[in-house]
Amino acid sequence: MISSSLGVWNYWVVFLLMMIGLFLVIGRKNLLKKIVGLTIFQTSVFLLYITFGKIQGGTAPILNNINDTIYSNPLPHVLILTAIVVGVATTALGLSLVLRINSEYGSIEEDDISAQDLVDYHELIETNKNVSAKFKK
Amino acid sequence: MDKNPILRIATKILFAPIILFGLYVQFHGDFGPGGGFQAGVIFASAFILYAIVFGLEKGKELFPLNINLFLLALGGILYGGVGIASMLLGEEFLSYNVLGTSNQAGQHIGILLVEFGVGLTVSNVMIALFYAFADFKRSGETK
Amino acid sequence: MISELIINAFLVSIMLGIGIALLKSRSVIYTVLLTSAYSLVAALMFISLDAVDVAFTEASVGAGISTILFLAAMAFLPREEEKNVTSQVFPAIVCLVLGGILIWCSYDLPQIGLASSPIHQHIAPEYIAGSRNDIGIPNIVTSVLASYRGYDTFGETIVVFTAGIAVLAILKNNKKEVKKLKSKKKVLDNG
Repeated sequence: MISSSLGVWNYWVVFLLMMIGLFLVIGRKNLLKKIVGLTIFQTSVFLLYITFGKIQGGTAPILNNINDTIYSNPLPHVLILTAIVVGVATTALGLSLVLRINSEYGSIEEDDISAQDLVDYHELIETNKNVSAKFKK
Repeated sequence: MDKNPILRIATKILFAPIILFGLYVQFHGDFGPGGGFQAGVIFASAFILYAIVFGLEKGKELFPLNINLFLLALGGILYGGVGIASMLLGEEFLSYNVLGTSNQAGQHIGILLVEFGVGLTVSNVMIALFYAFADFKRSGETK
Repeated sequence: MISELIINAFLVSIMLGIGIALLKSRSVIYTVLLTSAYSLVAALMFISLDAVDVAFTEASVGAGISTILFLAAMAFLPREEEKNVTSQVFPAIVCLVLGGILIWCSYDLPQIGLASSPIHQHIAPEYIAGSRNDIGIPNIVTSVLASYRGYDTFGETIVVFTAGIAVLAILKNNKKEVKKLKSKKKVLDNG
């Protein structure tokens, strides 16, 4: 009873961490916080996968010469190894994009960036109107 | 930061053991935890430590950017090359059985080469990422 | 067995605490340091779940390289996060509903550690036996990664390579090009 409830607590906290990561991605306006939220989400998903692969009384999946050892399932380990490295590649790319956005727009808050985009868009429409008016004369 | 004697001496002492540990993890990935990715990151951290403590120019002098980019591509080519080699010897892509005299020997050789390619690529990508981030200046600066 | 579960529950509660602290922190340096601590506690958790290769990778990549990149990027970014102007009620409701559905689904998941759950039946015994007989190396994770699933590892190497050259292309510093673009813009504005 207590072991099954502790096991369920494991799953619940992983789902809570997933939701915290998701909230940071969609709820916060700071671009850096969004990338941090993505990292939290990814790591909690890794935890879920590795939890699936654990066998009670098992050991790490490295062969030893004792007969009848139970090994934990190696397949989730392999998938998560790939996923961790892909995750860091995504984080690095996201951070480089944030740096470039900061150097072009001057801030990394999403509201400021979309407001500046709107102003630039209206300016572009005005410039195009002026240029086409010059040609029509 | 290189005026501080503790950091300078600690970096000089630690640099070689870190690289040695990285190579150990790389080649003992068959017998214990380890393999290409972990070894690549550990190897890169030695050069990043040097660049942080002694400055980016000295770090680039130690490990220039062209060698970095060359080794980055070499890792991927090594991996694909092992696959193509097994195709040229008659089997399918990336089947290691034909690379050696027996099945098990072929698998050993294949796994060793493939993990070395992965380790090369990962370590050089991490160093290149660090150089790119540390070298970034805001556009329009006059310097 | 019960002691393992208690250790797991303790570590996972630390991770929940770090997650809640990340929700509230406004300063960028605290965020970066808490993320690094989060990766480290996750690596400890992986060791407790018998995944030693994964723990090695998570500790070196998550708590090492990822933190370095965040700190290097932080040198150019503003130090404090600004308060939200719009309300955050709608994202919070979406997250709560989704969390509720997931927790309801967690009752269907198999109990942790049961050796008879379907995930352990199909191909894992074949890989474990094959690593001993056909391939002959002790580390099963390396043999699956490099030999049985070697094609995926090839794709992953190319992904890491692509990320590296993409970051180099984005962060390349072309000051001459920037000056040319600015002078062109001035000509357009005046004429």
